[in-house]
Amino acid sequence: MSMSRQPMASRHALPVKQLLLTLLAWSVAFVIFFPILWMVLTGFKTETAAIADPSFIFSPTLESYQAVQARSGYARFAINSVAVAFGSTLLALLIAIPSAYAMAFLPTKRTKGTLLWMLSTKMLPPVGVLVPIYLIFRDVGLLDTRTGLILVYTLMNLPIVVWMLYTFFKDMPKDILEAGRMDGASTFQEVWYLLLPLTLPGIASTGLLSVILSWNEAFWSLNLTSSKAAPLTAYIASFSSPEGLFWAKLSAASTMAIAPILILGWMTQKQMVRGLTFGAVK
Amino acid sequence: MATLQLHDLVKRFGDTEVIKGVDLDVEDREFVVFVGPSGCGKSTLMRMIAGLESASEGDILIDGQRMNDVGPADRGLAMVFQSYALYPHMSVADNMGFSMRLAGVPKAERRAKVLEAARILQLEPLLERKPKALSGGQRQRVAIGRAIVRNPGIFLFDEPLSNLDAALRVQMRIELARLHEELDATMIYVTHDQIEAMTMADKIVVLHDGVVEQVGSPMALYHHPRNRFVAGFIGSPTMNFFAVEVAGLDAEGVRVTLPGGGQCVVPVDGSRVQQAATLELGIRPEHLRLDDAGPLGGTIQVLERLGGQTSLYIETDGGLVTLMADGDVAYRVHDPVRFGFDASRAHLFDAEGLACESLKAHPLASLTRQDNRVSPQAAP
Ligand SMILES: Nc1ncnc2c1ncn2[C@@H]1O[C@H](COP(=O)(O)OP(=O)(O)OP(=O)(O)O)[C@@H](O)[C@H]1O
Ligand SMILES: [Mg+2]
Repeated sequence: MSMSRQPMASRHALPVKQLLLTLLAWSVAFVIFFPILWMVLTGFKTETAAIADPSFIFSPTLESYQAVQARSGYARFAINSVAVAFGSTLLALLIAIPSAYAMAFLPTKRTKGTLLWMLSTKMLPPVGVLVPIYLIFRDVGLLDTRTGLILVYTLMNLPIVVWMLYTFFKDMPKDILEAGRMDGASTFQEVWYLLLPLTLPGIASTGLLSVILSWNEAFWSLNLTSSKAAPLTAYIASFSSPEGLFWAKLSAASTMAIAPILILGWMTQKQMVRGLTFGAVK
Repeated sequence: MATLQLHDLVKRFGDTEVIKGVDLDVEDREFVVFVGPSGCGKSTLMRMIAGLESASEGDILIDGQRMNDVGPADRGLAMVFQSYALYPHMSVADNMGFSMRLAGVPKAERRAKVLEAARILQLEPLLERKPKALSGGQRQRVAIGRAIVRNPGIFLFDEPLSNLDAALRVQMRIELARLHEELDATMIYVTHDQIEAMTMADKIVVLHDGVVEQVGSPMALYHHPRNRFVAGFIGSPTMNFFAVEVAGLDAEGVRVTLPGGGQCVVPVDGSRVQQAATLELGIRPEHLRLDDAGPLGGTIQVLERLGGQTSLYIETDGGLVTLMADGDVAYRVHDPVRFGFDASRAHLFDAEGLACESLKAHPLASLTRQDNRVSPQAAP
């Protein structure tokens, strides 16, 4: 994690201070990471060991994983998750790129207000619109469909995606786009040949964030899907209700659910950090 | 090869009028320089010509065609930005070829044109580099190259040299002058720099607060400024101004009383001035000369020796006066000095700041840059 970079930043500090800072950073990282670690460990325990006194010492077993696999197809849920997370991200970017372009390069008096208003919709508890959305989805036949979930996730992430893209686009020198226009670029060519390549790190980290948010979303997926379009979050949840609480199996299922996104995040962490701090450190 | 006409051009941003009715005629192959203080609207005017800003009122004509509603790429002009605005993710060759790529020009033809521009600008060894790996001067040349390949009738430059150091600026200035000759194009150039304006321009346009104060050849502006603003803006160090009183009018010009009581006759048209009116007399530091019998006097406040020249800042009854003297003058700070001037070098400005017209035009006032190339013997 990025925490391990701490010693680099304070290279010139006193050794003791540096050591303390490093320790602190690692402790914070550990506290944040601990529940995930515990979940992973529990997944390798037997059901009895899982509910016994907490312990790091146990003989690992794949029992729970086998049980989970045997019960229902992980793959089906995973495919739904991938489709929904990436589909909604793609759709959100498709809508947000033109919006952010307009806001960053052709602002009006109301641009700032619109941006803030968009963000303010995120303050509304989702449950507040559950009933209307449920009814609409039922009437137009979007319940338990990937399309429905993609639509909801797109709407859910759009404010953040637009906002992030807007800040990245704002950092782009206007001159370069004007030079493109002088060279004969249409608005689409301007975006395609100049804006997108030059803000790619920002777009990538925005997309990644959107994928992660969609992947981990549970409220809408539990309420709007049942079987056909259920993603991994619904899969995890299915382990807590029908069979009572089986900690080890639940943990194994959760581990399998977060593994892909964890790996994706880990592979792209450099990109993420760069994107999220873009502009702040330049 | 193109002409440009601006008719009563106005630009408003919201309620603020930034360009307030500009008229201008630019002839084919002319090198026109816009100068003026910061914020006077030079860039805005240029961007309107380029088509990057729309005109609120008035017409822009290129080769006689109204261009107000034509897109920037279709006006037959190219612009070089102050920040260069190179495409950072493209190589030098791709930067220069981008416009042709958009226009769908075949690859071979594109390559040939890029190579031709690279030859003119000595960029051949750098064609595969990214802008990041270039020096400031090289980036500047790529930006010019990008303009050249479009083969425009009019080049627009917005302070293209202001990011370069002094030595490079001189070099690029000479290169641009050479380019102007080689490309046979009309060029419009914005600058803050007096020397760039004076040396490169066929015609200088002095802008102030969105209004054209004067248009003319560098020598015309220097010798016959139309008003006090132009007089103070063109020339470095700035012209000195004194309040003087009209003592008499005759065929020789206007007789004025200087601060300190001395008198002189300035050879300008006095038909608009009244007896005993207070005018402003302007005289350039380089036209003042040290003279123990001179009509003006004061104490030296600051003395700057530049080697070949010495600038004296003299406290007088009429205010601080700058005087350019010989490099070897023996004066020191706080010495009293007397000085005078040749009255034919002086300018008179009325209460509105308008200059009284000189009775005799300066022999160089109609000189153009082209004339500099013709030797005096060959001239008729
Ligand atoms: N997009 C804009 N919106 C509002 N006002 C603007 C805009 N662009 C320029 N202005 C104003 O117009 C005036 C002229 O600006 P402009 O950039 O043309 O000046 P300039 O002569 O190029 O100055 P400088 O020498 O500093 O480059 C300034 O007062 C500026 O604040
Ligand atoms: Mg400017």
